[in-house]
Amino acid sequence: MGLNHFDGASAGGNVPSTAKILISGGFGVGKTTMVGAISEIRPLRTEEPLSDRSVGIDDTRGLSTKATTTVAMDFGRISFPSELVLYLFGTPGQERFWFMWDELTIGAVGAVILADTRRVADCFASIDYFERNRMPFVIAVNCFDGAPRFEPDDIRIALSLGPEVPIVLCDARDRDSVKKVLVSLVRYVMSTGSRAGQISIA
Amino acid sequence: MTAYDGYGDRWLDREAGPVVRPYALTQGRTLPSGGASFGLIDVVIATNGRPSEHFRPGPEHRRILGLCRRPTPVVDLTSEIDLPLGVVRVLLGDLASEGMLRVLSTQEQPVTDQRLLRMVLDGLESL
Repeated sequence: MGLNHFDGASAGGNVPSTAKILISGGFGVGKTTMVGAISEIRPLRTEEPLSDRSVGIDDTRGLSTKATTTVAMDFGRISFPSELVLYLFGTPGQERFWFMWDELTIGAVGAVILADTRRVADCFASIDYFERNRMPFVIAVNCFDGAPRFEPDDIRIALSLGPEVPIVLCDARDRDSVKKVLVSLVRYVMSTGSRAGQISIA
Repeated sequence: MTAYDGYGDRWLDREAGPVVRPYALTQGRTLPSGGASFGLIDVVIATNGRPSEHFRPGPEHRRILGLCRRPTPVVDLTSEIDLPLGVVRVLLGDLASEGMLRVLSTQEQPVTDQRLLRMVLDGLESL
C-alpha cells in the first residue's frame, strides 16, 4: 500500500506524488531561512477557531461573534522532474499556534528539529511533540557565527536523545547543507520504516 | 502596489482587508459537508460532473474548478486562491458532494511507502 493512492487512469494530466517534511525548532532558530535556502516560498492562509490559548492575546471583549483568527504562514515547495512535489512546512513557533501541528504532522515523512547551541532548551517542546506522535526526526544544529561548537555526542546527552536519532551540524542559509540535512532525515526514515516492517512481520 | 492612498492613513482595496469575511463565503460553515477531509498534500481534480439542480456554484467554487482542471495538491490550490485553508476545504466539500471534484490521492500515516521515500531521496540528492 502506497502513500498516495492514485486513480490516474481517468485523470487529465499526470498526478503528482506529494510528500512533506516539517521544519521545527524554537523561535528565531532559522526555520524560515532553512526552508528558503532550498525551496520556492509560497504563502498560505489559514483561518482557525480561537482557542483558550489565545485568550489574552486576541482580545475579543465586546466582539463576541469573532470566533476565528487568521494565521498566515509560508511553506516551501520543491518540484522534481519525476512528478514529485516535496513540501516543507515550518511549524509555527509560538504556543498559540500549536493547534496547527497536528494538521501539519498528518502524512509527513518526518521532521527536522533545528537547534541553536546557545538556546538548546528551545527545541525540547518539538522533541516532546514528535516523540509523542511517533514522528521520526533528526536534529540539525544550526551553526551560528559565534555560537559555541559542541560535538554531536554532547548535544545528544544535553537533549537526552537515544543513539538512533541522527544529529547533523548545518548552516541553515546554505542550500547544500540543508540538502544534506533533508537527505539524512529521509535515509533515517527509510531505515526506521524497514525496522517497523520487520517487527510487524515477526 | 501601494498600501496608502497618499493622503493619509486610509487603507485601500486589498490592503483594507476582505470586504466579505472569509466564512461568509461558506454561509458560516467551518467543516466540509459529506464528511470529506482534504489533507494539505492530497491531490484533487475537477470532474465534468454536473451538479444537482439545487446547487448553485458561487464564484469561488468556479475559481476552484478552474484551478483544478489538472491534478492539484490542496495546499497549492489554497495558496493560489488566497483564501484561508478552512474556507477552501468547505468549498471543496461542496464540489465533492456534487460530484464535480474528486480526491485523487491521500496521505497515509505514518509514511511507510519505500517507493515514495526513495523518490524523495533521489530527488533531494539530485539537487
